[in-house]
Amino acid sequence: MKTIYLLVPLAPLVGSILAGLFANVLGRAGAHTVTSLGVAISFILSVIIFQDVQAGHTFNGTVYQWMESGGLKLEVGFMIDQLTVLMMLVVTFVSLMVHIYTIGYMAHDEDNWPEGSKAGTNSYQRFFSYISLFTFSMLMLVMSNNFVQLFFGWEAVGLVSYLLIGFWSVRETAIYANLKAFLVNRVGDFGFLLGIGLIAAYAGSLDYVTVFGKAKELATMTEAVTGWPLITAVCICLFIGAMGKSAQFPLHVWLPDSMEGPTPISALIHAATMVTAGIFMVSRMSPLFELSDTALSLVILVGAITTLFMALIAIVQTDVKRVVAYSTLSQLGYMTMALGASAYSVAIFHLMTHAFFKAVLFLGAGSVIIAMHHEQDMRKMGGLRKYMPITYFTMLIGAIANAGLPPFAGFFSKDSIIEAVHLANVPFAGFAYFCALAAVFVGGLYSFRLIFFTFHGDERFRHAAEHHGDHGHGHDAHHDAHDDHGHHGPVEPHESPKVVTVPLILLSIPAIASGWLIGTVLYGNWFGSAISIADTHKAMATMAHEFHGIFGMMSHGVMTLPFWLAISGAATAWYLYIVRPDLPAVIKQKLAFPAMILEEKYGLDRFNDWFFAGGARGVGRGLWKAGDQVLIDGVMVNGSAGAVGWFAGLTGMIQSGRIYRYALAMLFGVVAFLSLWRA
Amino acid sequence: MIPLSHYLILAAILFVISVIGIFLNRKNLIVLLMAIELMLLAVNLNFVAFSHYLNDLSGQLFVFFILVVAAAESGIGLAILVVLFRNLSSIDVEDLDSLKG
Repeated sequence: MKTIYLLVPLAPLVGSILAGLFANVLGRAGAHTVTSLGVAISFILSVIIFQDVQAGHTFNGTVYQWMESGGLKLEVGFMIDQLTVLMMLVVTFVSLMVHIYTIGYMAHDEDNWPEGSKAGTNSYQRFFSYISLFTFSMLMLVMSNNFVQLFFGWEAVGLVSYLLIGFWSVRETAIYANLKAFLVNRVGDFGFLLGIGLIAAYAGSLDYVTVFGKAKELATMTEAVTGWPLITAVCICLFIGAMGKSAQFPLHVWLPDSMEGPTPISALIHAATMVTAGIFMVSRMSPLFELSDTALSLVILVGAITTLFMALIAIVQTDVKRVVAYSTLSQLGYMTMALGASAYSVAIFHLMTHAFFKAVLFLGAGSVIIAMHHEQDMRKMGGLRKYMPITYFTMLIGAIANAGLPPFAGFFSKDSIIEAVHLANVPFAGFAYFCALAAVFVGGLYSFRLIFFTFHGDERFRHAAEHHGDHGHGHDAHHDAHDDHGHHGPVEPHESPKVVTVPLILLSIPAIASGWLIGTVLYGNWFGSAISIADTHKAMATMAHEFHGIFGMMSHGVMTLPFWLAISGAATAWYLYIVRPDLPAVIKQKLAFPAMILEEKYGLDRFNDWFFAGGARGVGRGLWKAGDQVLIDGVMVNGSAGAVGWFAGLTGMIQSGRIYRYALAMLFGVVAFLSLWRA
Repeated sequence: MIPLSHYLILAAILFVISVIGIFLNRKNLIVLLMAIELMLLAVNLNFVAFSHYLNDLSGQLFVFFILVVAAAESGIGLAILVVLFRNLSSIDVEDLDSLKG
C-alpha cells in the first residue's frame, strides 16, 4: 500500500516535469497526454485507497527522513485516513476534469500572446505542467502527517497559484494580480509559520499524532513572552494562515483579482481545491482548535463576515468570473463558520459539494467566455440559453446547488452549516447565524442573477458593437488584447467542443448527487478519529440526533427559513432581470451610496493599496533615503573617510615647516617633561 | 668673592637670550647658529661655576668636550648653510619651509 500512497502524488509530478522540461520533444498532444495520464493514475489510485480506508485500513508513517536536528525530525510522511482520502478524491477528480477541459480551453492560447512573444513559446505545455505541479503540491499538503510537509505543500500551492494567475505575463493586470496574491498570502503564511514555530517550541515535535497527543498538556501552558494561553495563540496563528490561503476577510482581497488567470485554474485552484486548504488544515487541527473557544469564536466571526459581505459584492459585479469568485468567497465563509461551530465534518462536506458545483460554475463560465470570444462582461451577453444548451443546464445545476435548493448538493451541506451555526455555543455564533441566513438570500439572488443575466433575456451581444467603447469598469483592462479576434460586429455564440462539455457534465453529476451522502459522511461517524470534537460543543451531536435521512431533511428543509430565503432570492433575481430588466438601473440610482460601497468592495483594495502597499513603499523609500543614503553612505562610509581627512587637516596645520616653531615646541616639551619629573 | 648665584643668573640670562634668538629670529640662519652656540656657552658657564664651587675638575673637563663638539657642529652647520645657499640662493629662515605638511 505504501507504494500506492507514494505513487499518488508522484504521478502528477512526473507528468509535470515531463511536460515542463521536455515541452518541445512532447509537443502539445504529448504534454496534455502525460499530465492527464498522471492525474488519472492518481485519481484511480485514490479510489483504490478510498476503498482500502473504507475497509478500515488507515495509515500513518514516514516514507523518507530528510534530516534530524536537535530532536526535531523533518520527514516526508503520509497520514491516510478518512479526511485525507476524501480530499484526495476531490482534488484528483476535479483536477482530472480540469485537465481534460483545458485541452479545449487553451487550444488557441497562442492568440492570447503578442505576435512572436518569447514568453508565449510553449505556453500550452507550460500550462499543463503547472496544473499537474499544482495537483502534486495539493496532494502533498493533504496527505502530510507532519507540519513541515504541510507547510511545504502550503507554499507550493501558493507558488503554483502565483505562476498561474500571472500566466499571461504580458498583461499588466495579471502581473499586478499575481503579485497581490503572493503578498497577501505571505501575510497569512507568516501567521502560519509562527503557529508551527510555537508548536515546535512547546510540543517539541512536528508530527501530527505526537502533537495531538500533547494537546491537553499544551492547553494548560502559557506562551512565555506574552503570557497568552498557548493553545489560543497557536490556533489563532494557524488560523491566520488559513485566512490567507482560504481568502477570509480581510485577507480575501487576492482571490477576486486572481481571476486574471485562465479560467481552468480559477476552477481548479481558486474555487475547488487550493482555497480549501485552509478549511482542510483547520479540520485536521481539530484536536487543537477544540481546546480554545477564543480561537473558535474568532473563526466563526471571520467566517460570518466573509460569508455575508462577500456575497453582497457578488450582486454588483458584472464580470461573469468575478461573480463566481465572490460567491466562492462567500461559500468559503460558510465553511469557516462551520469550523467555528465545531462542525468540522460539515465544513469538509461543504468543501466537497462546493468543489463540484463551483468547478461546474467556473468551467461553465469559461465555456461562455470561449463562446463569446473572451468577452467576460455579462452586460454584453444574455439569451445564450438556446445557443449553448449543455453549458446552460450544467451551469443551472451549479447555480441551484450554490443557492442551496434541494435536492442539489449545496442544500444539504449549506443547510447543515446553518443548523450547526444555529446550535453553536461559542461567542459570535448568534451574529454568525444572522449572517448565514442573510447570505442565503443574497446567494439565491446572485446565483440566479448570473444565470438570468447570461443565459436569458435580451441578446445584448448583438448590439455590443455599438457600445464597444464603454468598458465601464476599470478591471476589464484586457479587452483590447482580443481585437485580433475580429469580433467588433455581433458574434454568433456556439456550444463549446466536447472536451469542454464532457467535464462539465461529469462534474454536474456530483454537483447534484454528492449531497445525498450526507447521512454517511456526517452522521455515520465516518470520519472516525480523523476529527475530534470536545464534549462541550454539542452542535454535531444534536444534529445527528435530529437527522432522519435525506428525505426527512428535504421535507423538513422546505418548511424552514433558509429554503424560503433562497427561493425569495431567486425570485428577486427573476423579477429584476427577467420581468423588469429596467429596474436594476433604477435601484442602483436610488441606492447610489450603498452600490458605490459595494462596487468599491468596501474600499479595502484602495486602503490596502494606499496603506500597506503605499506604506511599504514609503518605508522602503525612507530606509533608502535616511538609512542608506544618509546613515550608511553619508555617516559611515563617507563620514569615516571625512573624519580622517578633517583630522589630518587639523594636524597638518601643526606641520608648518617653520623651524623656529619646532624649536619652541621642543622647548615647551622639555620644560613640560622636566616639570613632570620634578618630584 | 662673587657668589655662585650670580654666575647662575648670568648663565640663565644668556640661555634665555639664545632661546629667544632661536624662535624670534625670522631672518638669518647664521643668527640661529650663533644663538645655538650662545646656548652651549651658557651651559658651559654653569659647568665652570659649579666645578669651581664644588672643587671638582671634571666639570671643567666637560667644558672642553662641549667646546670641541660645538666647534665641530658649527663647522657642519656652516657647511650645510653654504650648500643651502648654493641651492636656494637664500639663507632666510622664512624661505625654509619645505617641511610643511
